[in-house]
Amino acid sequence: MRLLEAKKLGDLAAALQAAGYRVIAPVEDGGVVRLREWQPGERIVTDAFAVNSAKDFLLPRSEAIARYRIEGNDFEAQDVPVEAPKTALLCVRPCDAASLAAMDTVFNWDYADEFYNARRAATTVITLGCTTADEHCFCTSAGGAPDATAGADAVLRPADGGTRLVLETFGEKGEALAAAAGALLAEGDAQIDPPAEVPARFDAAAVTAWLRENFESPLWQQVSLACLGCGACAYACPTCHCFDIQDEGNRKEAVRYRNWDTCGLTLFTAHAGGHNPRADQSARWRQRVMHKFAYFPERFGMLACTGCGRCGRLCPAGMAISETCAAIDREAKAAKR
Amino acid sequence: MSGNLYSPTLMRIAEARDEAPDVRTLRLEFANPAERERFFAKYRVGMFGLYGLPGAGESTFCVASPPTRTEYIECTFRRVGRVTAALQDREVGQTITFRGPYGNAFPIDAWKGRSIVFVAGGIALPPVRSVIWNVLDRRDEFGRVTIVYGARTVADLVYKHELAAWAKRDDVDLVTTVDPGGETPDWKGKIGFVPAVLEETAPASAGAVAVVCGPPIMIKFTLPVLTKLGFAPADVYTTLENRMKCGVGKCGRCNVGSLYVCKDGPVFTLEQLKDLPHGDM
Repeated sequence: MRLLEAKKLGDLAAALQAAGYRVIAPVEDGGVVRLREWQPGERIVTDAFAVNSAKDFLLPRSEAIARYRIEGNDFEAQDVPVEAPKTALLCVRPCDAASLAAMDTVFNWDYADEFYNARRAATTVITLGCTTADEHCFCTSAGGAPDATAGADAVLRPADGGTRLVLETFGEKGEALAAAAGALLAEGDAQIDPPAEVPARFDAAAVTAWLRENFESPLWQQVSLACLGCGACAYACPTCHCFDIQDEGNRKEAVRYRNWDTCGLTLFTAHAGGHNPRADQSARWRQRVMHKFAYFPERFGMLACTGCGRCGRLCPAGMAISETCAAIDREAKAAKR
Repeated sequence: MSGNLYSPTLMRIAEARDEAPDVRTLRLEFANPAERERFFAKYRVGMFGLYGLPGAGESTFCVASPPTRTEYIECTFRRVGRVTAALQDREVGQTITFRGPYGNAFPIDAWKGRSIVFVAGGIALPPVRSVIWNVLDRRDEFGRVTIVYGARTVADLVYKHELAAWAKRDDVDLVTTVDPGGETPDWKGKIGFVPAVLEETAPASAGAVAVVCGPPIMIKFTLPVLTKLGFAPADVYTTLENRMKCGVGKCGRCNVGSLYVCKDGPVFTLEQLKDLPHGDM
């Protein structure tokens, strides 16, 4: 076993930084735990969940996709270099790593998105196994587990009561990481701590089956009444990838940006002519649930939810997709009786 | 594929025509001949593109000209917002941006020997017009061609010159109509709503396909008429006009059920649409 003393996590971050990685890690920031670029000396938080997801570093909330120089009525395209620094996502969670399968699929299923792919190729994912969970966690209901390794290049498993971390690597990126860690790693034995207990909250297969038959159901109104349509759930979601394209410009230059967007917002589907296919918030909340648990599985053979629970932690109205799914599961079971 | 997926090509405005109040057609030529070749190698009728102006943004319209006319493309659109206003304010000789062609196409090669009934309303003639042109450019390959087109008023009819040209052809049956109250004193066409005029025209459905584009309310009342006339759902084609941004199956905006209208559409048969969530269209 390759072991790292837990108190040397900061040293690992420093070693990675010295090896040329931009290190992204959960740190205290403005009163919350946030994934952002680690600065020397900062404590990496291992006992709480970051409010934002790893998505932020693969699909930034705003990025330039085209740039023009303008002269009078003429314009000329400028190069748009892809910003893809070599990055280590250190101590993200198994539910973050699991989300990459959905993201990789969307950005490559037909046309390939070079902005996403360049960052993805430059990113090494090091998860920290979960030994605790909170009331919002539901990875086990979304095909994941607190000690899952899907999507990770390396995992750190807490051991010996959290005093050590056992490093396991997968593939070249993982090995490069271990090489960068160098002497911080020691061979030895340790007792891996038991993974967190994450109780099952719903049966995802039953939810998917119910969704396929229930586009029209009174349940949609009931479960969405509290929704403010703020979009916080989507912005925190590791798999929500929908975006808008908007231009900003003046008489000298124009920049075309891709910005996060979400089906929860009224204008998302509004036609210029006034027609809006999803006219009320229940239709928009239904789309969010349908997309993650029915359409994405139908199209790509996987859920677009990893059970990270961020949406529920953040929702100002106290809603949670896990609760909607649990309600659907109950409805499906009641219908069978 | 590699390279910036969202990087458009440049088009020069060769011609601009006003079709109706706030509706204009732009004839566009590729600034780069290699881009023209790349476009026409892929373009089939029904596909769409994103037309844009740096600083204003991009909008999604059909390509209103057919693959049988390979010197240019045309788009016809109404001025409704920031991008469409910016595009309409461009002058002949100036450039705009274009990405495409995207999406699927009308399978017109599979229609050889069959009669075709075109039904369109208002600003929805452009996507149908490219198919009409394509069929008329290959006239011998198809049976009877019937066109039923209506708008709210005479002024709102688009492509007036082409309507006049089609009316003169003896290998095209053209019926034009305007909504009651939308007629002018010298209006020679029908007065009535498209579905009713279609029913009265009663084109034969045997061996025929129908292409229908129009506002949701027109579609809603036209489809039962087609059914009554004997058109099978698999022989009725329409386009979905969901809002789009990327055009390439990423941004998620045009999803209807598990489909991406930008990739799986915009062309669908009634047969395909019947299993989709209509609340998302």
